[in-house]
Amino acid sequence: MIKEKIKNRITEVFKDVLDDDSIELFRETTAENIEAWDSLSHISIIVAIEKEFNIKFDLKDIMQLQNIGEFIDLIEQKIF
Amino acid sequence: MFIIHQVIILTNVRCLKYHKRNLHTGFLKYAHYFIAMHGIKPETMTDYFQYPIDASALLRKKKAIRRDLLNRSDFIERRIAILGGSTTAEIRDMLELFLLHDGIKPVFYESDYNRYFEDIMFPDNGLKDFQPHIIFIHTTSVNITRFPALHENSEDVDRLLSSETGRFFSLWDRIATDYSCPVIQNNFELPHYRLLGNLDAYDIHGRSRFIGYLNLRFSEEARRRKNLFLNDINYLSAWFGLEHWHDRLFWYSFKYALSYDAIPFLANSVATIIKAIYGRTKKCLALDLDNTIWGGVIGDEGLQEIRIGKETPESEAYSEFQEYIKGLKERGIILAICSKNDEENAREGFMHQDNILSLEDFAVFRANWKPKHENIRDIANALNISMESVVFADDNPVEREIVRVQEPDVIVPELGSNVVKYIDILDKTGLFETITLSVDDLQRSLFYTGNNERKKQQECFENYGDFLRSLEMVAEIRPFSPVYLDRIAQLTNKTNQFNLTTRRYTLTEIQSITDNDHYITLYGRLSDKFGDNGLVSVMVGEKKRNELHINLWLMSCRVLKRGMESAMLDRFVAEAMTCGISHIVGYYFPTAKNGMVSGLFEEFGFQKVNSNKKDASIWRLDITDGYSLKNNFIQVNS
Repeated sequence: MIKEKIKNRITEVFKDVLDDDSIELFRETTAENIEAWDSLSHISIIVAIEKEFNIKFDLKDIMQLQNIGEFIDLIEQKIF
Repeated sequence: MFIIHQVIILTNVRCLKYHKRNLHTGFLKYAHYFIAMHGIKPETMTDYFQYPIDASALLRKKKAIRRDLLNRSDFIERRIAILGGSTTAEIRDMLELFLLHDGIKPVFYESDYNRYFEDIMFPDNGLKDFQPHIIFIHTTSVNITRFPALHENSEDVDRLLSSETGRFFSLWDRIATDYSCPVIQNNFELPHYRLLGNLDAYDIHGRSRFIGYLNLRFSEEARRRKNLFLNDINYLSAWFGLEHWHDRLFWYSFKYALSYDAIPFLANSVATIIKAIYGRTKKCLALDLDNTIWGGVIGDEGLQEIRIGKETPESEAYSEFQEYIKGLKERGIILAICSKNDEENAREGFMHQDNILSLEDFAVFRANWKPKHENIRDIANALNISMESVVFADDNPVEREIVRVQEPDVIVPELGSNVVKYIDILDKTGLFETITLSVDDLQRSLFYTGNNERKKQQECFENYGDFLRSLEMVAEIRPFSPVYLDRIAQLTNKTNQFNLTTRRYTLTEIQSITDNDHYITLYGRLSDKFGDNGLVSVMVGEKKRNELHINLWLMSCRVLKRGMESAMLDRFVAEAMTCGISHIVGYYFPTAKNGMVSGLFEEFGFQKVNSNKKDASIWRLDITDGYSLKNNFIQVNS
């Protein structure tokens, strides 16, 4: 339930940052699957997610986050 | 339909004077109703670019915002090179949004990461081919090669200062030679830690002190060099808060020298400088009265009850706001009043002995019951400026919204109704940014005050010629001379209405034309019995065999319809004749603003040679058989 809600909010962030309403995210989704998700937009995505959930990622988090599943798990840890 | 209804309501207001306040509230409710009925939200429509800048929204929705901004037309395109000492990608994106928002469509060149120095000093043609209109050097404290070491003495530290600044001096010198375009250069922000604590600010080894000295030298250079403009990130970071400005995680992860949230503010600051370089600065501040420049409603509460002066915290806040506005006026912003009030009451408000602003500070005074957007239009007409040059400040959200909807070109800051915020809201958006303070700027208000007296006089004359003669105008029309080059460059960049070709020139270009025998240059100054209008007209002609091509012909709108254009043309033709020219060739390039001069060449007897699809037209005047003088009203000294 919680993970699903987090995923939905992340999806909204991706839609805004990448300006693409058709984006659908799954746990396995990586930058490989979404064309506009490049190293530049990655930064915007990270910052927008921090703001969306009012959290801060650590130095090591930023380097490690690879797929949506990892985003969701990390956010869940940080908000509880 | 709206206007008609409003007039009816306002007529009622006049009849029932003693119930004015209630009816005024009633009107506001009605306006809310109107706006709701027509699908316009009474609360502010989203404007991410106004103070307080919504950094989160800009960063998150930048692509959609960019898409929206690109929907409008009439952009001017500018090539901007961003040379960074740290990552600049997001800075580029944000700068693009702020420029698009103000009608400038940027094309960017970005140096590779931290290659700002190499790109200038050892060009591999990338930057050269790009031919930048503007170079922005985004360096910050991370680009300081070295800070003083603790064992160094004061001579060592001075040498270090000179070598640090010397590096930048050579960059700027090189740009002046290779590109001669304006350079926007960051100064330095304070460091995020202080090894010496408070001592850091004054010990010769302190980094804070070192940065202070670097900034001082930068400011001296910027005063000395015509094409160097400082982006004061030292102030910006302090205002933003160094704790929030510095983001070490972002530095280590992505090599951004400032936090992500600070980037839109940096971009806004650079954009305001670029807009000022291209003369897009606002010229006029139109102000409401009640609860905007004093507390309370003069018509209801009376002279002794309005809040201004030193008696209460609220009065003091309004006084500080009036001081700020007075300061704007003194540096060349024209002030106007746009108030819903009986004129008599409105004027009475200025009788309060504690006002800092006086009636004479306002070039135009509109206090009546007409809708404010109509009054603003009157104000712009009276001053001969475009609606885009007007900023409207009002505490009333409904009035703000109506003006925004009816006159979208007018800038209406979200002033709120809290007087302690007013100054920040006007100040931080950079609406009145300027790149130099010319003598003309400092005298501008006087010119316009003079204009009002001229208008009054005009009403007493039966025929316009009599009126012009009565002004006793004297003009000085001469080739460009060094003291005026600043003003001439400024005029080429901000004159939009009386401007046949709308060519924009940098100071350097003006300088090189001045020294070139292939060009005939003229400036015109005009004064009359009400005062000196300053330098108001410029012409540039390029000789091509026996033809003289008018590359530039412009005139400031403050002297429209005074016959100055005739005096300029007379002198231009006289110059041409002494060089053996047989034909004058004129060009008219239409823009959204210069319709008023579409028929100018025809009026002066030029023959149309051709016009292409975009309505650009070419005109010729044969002067082999002489030329009849056009000027009847101005005495010309040359």
